[in-house]
Amino acid sequence: MSKLKNYQQQLLQAIKAETRQVSLMEVCGTHTMAIAKSGIRELLPPNIKLRSGPGCPVCVTSQGDIDAVIEMVQNQDIILVTFGDMMRVPGTRSSLQEERSQGADVRIAYSPLDALRIARENPSKEVVFLGIGFETTTPAIGITIEQAREEGLANFSVFSLHKLVPPALELIFSDSEIMVDGLICPGHVSAVIGVKPYDILAAQYGKPCVITGFETLDILEGIYMLIRQILRSEAKAEIQYRRVVKEEGNPIALQIIERIFKPIPARWRGLGVIPASGLGLREAYAGMDARLKFKIREMEEIPIKGCACGEVLTGKITPPDCALFGRACTPLQPVGPCMVSQEGSCAAYYRYTPASERKRLDENR
Amino acid sequence: MKTGRVLMAHGSGGLMSQELIEQVFKRTWNNRFLDPMLDGALLDLPPGRVAMSTDSFVITPLFFPGGDIGKISICGTVNDLVACGARPLYLSTAMIIEEGLPLADLERLAQSMAATAREAGVSLVTGDTKVVEKGSADRIFINTTGIGVIPDGIDYRPSRIQTGDQIIVTGPVGDHGLAILAQREGLRFATPAVSDCAALVGIGKVLEKYGADVKCMRDPTRGGLATVLNELAQQSGKGMVVEENLIPISPVVQGACDMLGLDPLYMANEGKMVIIVDPERAAEIIADLQTVPEAAGAALLGEVRSEPAGMVLIQTELGAQRILGMLEGEHLPRIC
Repeated sequence: MSKLKNYQQQLLQAIKAETRQVSLMEVCGTHTMAIAKSGIRELLPPNIKLRSGPGCPVCVTSQGDIDAVIEMVQNQDIILVTFGDMMRVPGTRSSLQEERSQGADVRIAYSPLDALRIARENPSKEVVFLGIGFETTTPAIGITIEQAREEGLANFSVFSLHKLVPPALELIFSDSEIMVDGLICPGHVSAVIGVKPYDILAAQYGKPCVITGFETLDILEGIYMLIRQILRSEAKAEIQYRRVVKEEGNPIALQIIERIFKPIPARWRGLGVIPASGLGLREAYAGMDARLKFKIREMEEIPIKGCACGEVLTGKITPPDCALFGRACTPLQPVGPCMVSQEGSCAAYYRYTPASERKRLDENR
Repeated sequence: MKTGRVLMAHGSGGLMSQELIEQVFKRTWNNRFLDPMLDGALLDLPPGRVAMSTDSFVITPLFFPGGDIGKISICGTVNDLVACGARPLYLSTAMIIEEGLPLADLERLAQSMAATAREAGVSLVTGDTKVVEKGSADRIFINTTGIGVIPDGIDYRPSRIQTGDQIIVTGPVGDHGLAILAQREGLRFATPAVSDCAALVGIGKVLEKYGADVKCMRDPTRGGLATVLNELAQQSGKGMVVEENLIPISPVVQGACDMLGLDPLYMANEGKMVIIVDPERAAEIIADLQTVPEAAGAALLGEVRSEPAGMVLIQTELGAQRILGMLEGEHLPRIC
């Protein structure tokens, strides 16, 4: 234990030795949470900035898509099955939680297979699974879709809002307003996609990428590896999280995604429409595509007044820079999704407030 | 009797009610206070101040690894009395039963309540049952009310907490919350999650001999350790500073929470106490607590400071200090 502690302190000292201005982005929401919880953000010197990225699947779901889901629940006699995070995400006029309190049948699942069980138990009802998540989550939903077909469950469908991480990262690197010198890349997404997508990104934009794990030690090591590359003017993709991530990723999971889904344009909160960054169901599975089954229409993007989630998700600002943060927008009364999700940057900053920022907190409350 | 279900007629006050009471409750709960079957219990109380506490239990599932709603309904009220510094003596119970509950379940719960009460050294002295129509309750709701007597020299109150006092927890946190979540949602882990549900009279007994050197005690049930520490900070007007790596958490709870995006510090416990003690006696008290089976994992968490008043700070393993706040909203598992 003390050996580990020593190594952590050594890494921290090595990172602190860097005097240049360095801006790194932690892409994944789980990293944002871990960085806030462990106090890494607070212990880094002011010249090393960590910015949160678009790596919280709930948060990057566009307002129009959330409104479309809510409208579907309002208009159709269905059972909607969703992961817990989505319940409280505010739509323009309502949330799934609100709809449930008014009688809509919305159920929380821990696994997409729960939705299949619900479909089996309710043969006279349409059961829709709300598919949200990145490459980590998508394969499990792909398997669920295949199993539903094997069982001939005609009352099961998926509303796919799945997204792919690399296209969003490319946009981040190519946006001149977002000044990021390197990426702390998501560990679990990379366990599926492997290192290749980052090789391409690093080479094309000349910026280092390090696939990083989620323990305090992992994150410190990831930051150190990025700074070392910057110091040596290198730009390559490296894996810190070797105990989980293989160079080639998980070919089986990738095959499942490929078999069932096809890339489609997707709208991201804060980033707009990115071509080939979403996943829709292939024609062979069209019967299980809730968008087609229930003729879901594209909803207009109605921005939430004053909410800066879009800027937070692209690292342009940090959560406390948002005028609503901690005042009009709290986890109890969230205005934007970044304050709702367990992966959201605003929730991370709000929940894990450094002791040194106590005064600000007092003023706000 | 065992094969049947509870019917509306069991709550009619007539013969069937009598049969239910005779066969399910009286037989398992027999004691000299209950046996005369009066309208209320006539009790003897030793000298001392009397503590009284009440709690209602509405848990789903009724049976879970480590306990059931019957056991928890006894432990919950007994532990509240222990936290007041009292020796728990008597409990009353009132049950609201949904029509259709299998009688075998009711009998199992009655036996579990009797066994737990016996182990805790308390008597179930009076009770009431009501049956409601299907859909008006979720199988069974149980209320228990308890009284106990506080020995001389014991005074557990947040206002007695002073700067420098030490903060102790009697074992790993989050087990009950995870056990319930796992059971409710059908989650399976390599090591099963088991509730810590237990009556903590042994802890109360050990602490008695330290008299005024024990300042305050509270059981971190709903809202978990973090919530109780915040309550104590607010009520005492002191700051509570705890060290993250001193907080005992079992590997299964830590692993499951990491996976689900939950924080064990906010997960419920049903067999733990947070105890604030005089710094001079802390080491001795911890060693003594560890001799009690329910407190074998007792550990020092941190200390009371004058600043920041009314707040809890947590010192991370890395050396940063952050605010450990109250739980905001529902504790929902995350996506990935």
